[in-house]
Amino acid sequence: MNPAVLIASVYVFALAAFLGYQVISRVPPLLHTPLMSATNAISGISLIGSLVLAGKAHYPLGAHILGFVAVTTATINVVGGFGITDRMLKMFGKRKTEPAAKGVAK
Amino acid sequence: MTLQTYFMEATYLVASILFVLSLKGMSHPETARRGMFMAEAGMFAAIVGTLVGTEIVSWVWIIAGLTIGSIIGAWMAIWVPMTAMPQRTALSHAFGAFAAAMVGIGEFIVRGSELGAITRGALGFEVMLGALTTTGSLIACGKLQGIIHGKPIQFRGQNIINLLVALSMVGCFVYFWMHPEAAAVFYTMLGLAFVFGIMLVIPIGSADMPVVMSLLNSYAGLASAATGFVLGNNVLIIAGTLDGFSGFILSVLMCKAMNRSITNVLFGGFGSVVAEATSNVGGVMREISLDDAAMQLAFANRVVFVPGYGLATAQAQHAVRELAELLEARGVSVKYAIHPVAGRMPGHMNVLLAEANVPYSSLYEMEQINPEFPSTDVAVVIGANDVVNPDARDNPKSLIAGMPILEVDRAKSVIVLKRGQGRGFSGLENPLFFKPRTTMLYGDAKSTLSHLAQAVQHV
Repeated sequence: MNPAVLIASVYVFALAAFLGYQVISRVPPLLHTPLMSATNAISGISLIGSLVLAGKAHYPLGAHILGFVAVTTATINVVGGFGITDRMLKMFGKRKTEPAAKGVAK
Repeated sequence: MTLQTYFMEATYLVASILFVLSLKGMSHPETARRGMFMAEAGMFAAIVGTLVGTEIVSWVWIIAGLTIGSIIGAWMAIWVPMTAMPQRTALSHAFGAFAAAMVGIGEFIVRGSELGAITRGALGFEVMLGALTTTGSLIACGKLQGIIHGKPIQFRGQNIINLLVALSMVGCFVYFWMHPEAAAVFYTMLGLAFVFGIMLVIPIGSADMPVVMSLLNSYAGLASAATGFVLGNNVLIIAGTLDGFSGFILSVLMCKAMNRSITNVLFGGFGSVVAEATSNVGGVMREISLDDAAMQLAFANRVVFVPGYGLATAQAQHAVRELAELLEARGVSVKYAIHPVAGRMPGHMNVLLAEANVPYSSLYEMEQINPEFPSTDVAVVIGANDVVNPDARDNPKSLIAGMPILEVDRAKSVIVLKRGQGRGFSGLENPLFFKPRTTMLYGDAKSTLSHLAQAVQHV
């Protein structure tokens, strides 16, 4: 990694940290569990590193196997994480009309 | 740069933007789901981009990995009950971090000696964080699932041994950094990181898991970010950093909610010492009959339910919602007071109640509900103990002094649902139970609540 790339990467890191802080501090405690599983799924982005390792040309077999293991676990992380986050958020969203209906019934 | 590479970089940029927007959507339950679709689209784009932009030769490994991973992941997403959400999340942290560690080892095998000093540093961080998060999360998962005993495991000289393990790990890292050809040292560092992850989590009790979960969440993210530095890949840096900071913010919030420092949580071994410093309030706990309790609830104007982890272990979420609906039908205003550390991970109690169809508009945070307790007729405490212990506010000598609590003792009357007369997790006596306005209702929370509901119907 040459210094110019490093400096650019550090910029990206710092800005992402700042942005992350701003965005995430607005998330209400109500949604902290979905937040954690969502960010966890997003950080499963290391999947793309695993894909390269598992399949790139001229890589030794050992790397392919490590890559395969990494692709598997990262995919579990991504698919499981998004799936469960969606399941949770569905529960939070589904009764938009229900309380109103109850109010009328009273 | 070839056309394919440009395409790949473009998908990474799109993915990064979508990830940030998705987290922005998380600021409200109405927009959160749309946000998640954006994140999923971003992830999909990044995967396609990578497959197009990289010179892939062996598709077998990739397809096998994606297929097996998707099946296991989907199975976990569909079948895991909401009560087991903390375990599942811990397991997911372990998988993600393990992938990061594996990528690090792979990079070492493939490019080992040609890595520059900076990349080597990042690689070391990636492998260490990845490995220690893997084992740490597995232990956390085991504790939450009850495979490993939830009590803190401590022994003499533990902190010294931990320190030695940590120091040797860092020593290996420095040596590897200076001598990149030393494969043995690299693998020793990896092994030590695995051990350190275990050592870090075993002394921590189940009730402190919200902090541990958040920290491991943060580490898993930082491991991904370090991978980004190794591969020179910005989308990894961005996504990893977002996760790292989210976890960090959550752990700070959780620590605040318990009025403890992160060091105290990690090395304090809270809950292992049987507290002697408890104010022995004495007095008697008054029991109340089901019918009397039902009467109180049915003729109240305002009722606040205070659920704790005991509600989750008794699977009583649905029972409490049914009781609440009966009361609401009688014109009683019902609210739920949620302490930030109720449950085993941040926000866990909200998810459990949402699953039982409790509208999120009746869930109140501690700061919102505390001023309302003096005008509350009945506060019903269900399987919560330390988070409603007035000692935290009144007794500066208490072990939990200064921890913010739900001030149920200010309500006009309090009904405590409890399994037995024993003390809570921290072993502290709770003076709330001895107050004249407090009455106790013993038994399993789920059956007590459904019996209460029946009794309310007959009032």
